[in-house]
Amino acid sequence: MKKLFVLLLVAIVTLGLVACESPTTGTPSKSGGLITVGFAQCKADESDWRKANTNSVQQALSKENGFDLILADSNNDAAKQVSDVQGFIDQEVDYIIIAAVNVDGWDTVLKNAKDAGIPVILMDRTINASDELYECWLGSDFYGEGVKATEWMKKRFSGGTPANIVHLQGQLGASAQVGRTEALEDAITANGWTLLAQQTGDWSTDTAKEIMSSWIQQFGSDITCVYAENDNMADGAIQALEEAGMKAGGDDGVAIISFDANRAYLQMTLEGKINCNVECNPLHGPKVAEIIKTMESGGKPSKTETVEESAFFYDTITQEIIDARQY
Amino acid sequence: MSDLKGNNKLSKSTFISFAKSLASNRLTFSVVVLLIVVVQNIITTPGFFKITIANGLISGYIPNILDEASELVIVTLGMTLVTAASGGQDISAGAIMAVAASFCGLMLNGSEYRTDVFHSPYLLALLVGLLGGALCGAFNGFLVSKLRMPPMLTSLILFTAGRSIAKQITHGQTIYIMNPVYKWLGVQIPGVPIRTTIIVSTVTVIFITLLTRLTSLGLYIQSVGINDASSRLVGLKSSVIKFLTFVLYGVLAGLAGLVGSSSVGSVNSGELGLGIEMDAILAVALGGNNLGGGKFSIAGSIIGAYTIQAITTTLYAMNVRADQLNVFKALIIIVIIVASSDVFKTKIKHFTQKIFSKNVSVGG
Repeated sequence: MKKLFVLLLVAIVTLGLVACESPTTGTPSKSGGLITVGFAQCKADESDWRKANTNSVQQALSKENGFDLILADSNNDAAKQVSDVQGFIDQEVDYIIIAAVNVDGWDTVLKNAKDAGIPVILMDRTINASDELYECWLGSDFYGEGVKATEWMKKRFSGGTPANIVHLQGQLGASAQVGRTEALEDAITANGWTLLAQQTGDWSTDTAKEIMSSWIQQFGSDITCVYAENDNMADGAIQALEEAGMKAGGDDGVAIISFDANRAYLQMTLEGKINCNVECNPLHGPKVAEIIKTMESGGKPSKTETVEESAFFYDTITQEIIDARQY
Repeated sequence: MSDLKGNNKLSKSTFISFAKSLASNRLTFSVVVLLIVVVQNIITTPGFFKITIANGLISGYIPNILDEASELVIVTLGMTLVTAASGGQDISAGAIMAVAASFCGLMLNGSEYRTDVFHSPYLLALLVGLLGGALCGAFNGFLVSKLRMPPMLTSLILFTAGRSIAKQITHGQTIYIMNPVYKWLGVQIPGVPIRTTIIVSTVTVIFITLLTRLTSLGLYIQSVGINDASSRLVGLKSSVIKFLTFVLYGVLAGLAGLVGSSSVGSVNSGELGLGIEMDAILAVALGGNNLGGGKFSIAGSIIGAYTIQAITTTLYAMNVRADQLNVFKALIIIVIIVASSDVFKTKIKHFTQKIFSKNVSVGG
């Protein structure tokens, strides 16, 4: 009986695995004059941001626009993603887009793509590989995002209030962290601001709240500005401040800087709790289409292409702006 | 004169036996480690022991540590019992936390991702969350006690799949529960100056301690953990006892999940309690418990959990650079683990014995 049960369990698990192994659907290349594009997404439904990113590419590379898009969702499995890309090469697609799960392990498969003459476009995530192996990288200008935030800070702290900043960094080494941190550190040197403390909150609300509580013990009301490198950490910092009876945001509270501008946090920007929220634009589709069109007509895109991004401020944002956004 | 000498000898020998029992007590080690961390803070962080009242809440570094450690303490309780009964560790605590909080969040928010209206009664939602945790625990418990699979392996299933399940429950998005009542469990009940997390973890510790001391459950768990087969021979249903500890583990992890999500006012299934099971295992080990099962000390585990949190808070208070933080943590943990190893302990024992025997001979 027990053996039977175990057998049954094994059978179910195997079935499940087989079911997961969905074959990459799509027609062979050059079907009816369409440009075939293989898109290796890291995890299509990972977050609202990633969903908007996937949708944007799907819409821009539609059949009506002259593309045949094959989407392979690796579900954050680095090994599967590499074999997905190899699959694209075997199918002889015209272009490959990769939003990499892992920064490493790309040399062999990208070499294969190059040998097969298939241009590779990296999207959003950077990788550790020679830049000869891919055509271009398209993504956010994280340093530029940081500059947008520090520009606002310049205005805020021009009136005599000292800029005493605590800095919640993202996961160390992530490209978003590196760019946003550099922008802040440059602005601190240029403007003579004070950096009270700096620590990584690993993008997490909970960790950020814990660190912020510790800083409140240490610096108290000396803190005049929180520079959080994503929405979740800004959320944690705001909660820690409010629990300590300090005002977050607004005209006279601790200035809160956040990044990514997800819907829930734009709402918080509207409520005045976040002063400045810099967008991290997931809508890469149109730009990807543009890059491919350029290459089709014999042009060459520059190695680094960026998408346009804007910033939202507590005193200018409206409900209409939020409602009009996709994520 | 000779009388005095004799007395002297007596007090010395009682002192030695006291020292010996102290050295062999499993609690001593964890207390010593915690003391070192505390003393270190007196030196490096001025105001570490300062306690103020801010916004109607007792606050300071120490309350911070007690607050932040509460989730870990609750999970560690469960981990101690599971370890004692099954001789293995359950690594699905973080995932169970996410599942429980997701159930609760779904009940409260309905299909809305951000609202301040409760769609069902608060207490009912909490109960459903705990039930979700219990179900996860029962699943693990069934596989361990009935199918005799190793706990680490069975809990690997939920460790891998649990967060995906939680994500399905919340429709793949973070849920923001804006009703201030939701924060009662994780922050403060209006008018109470002590953080609720501290109250909840303390009550849970007392409850589990009483449960294992006043009933025979503690004894049963130990005997099953020491020798499964002979416990069965004397009439203990070892599978039932193992199963119970896993259900209890599930409920406790569920409670930790509710506390954790309540303290940030949202349910983020990818983030909640991430990696907490590893800290819990470490706490159980620091507490002087045998990871192979059998005798257990709840007090030791709890001190272990607070020590881990105290180390983290200390490093934050010292403004250790972000890129060095984990190196420091790892170094401290290496030192602690080496110091608690049997080989090292025997060496220390021999060393102290040498000193004491010298003293005794001089005294005599």
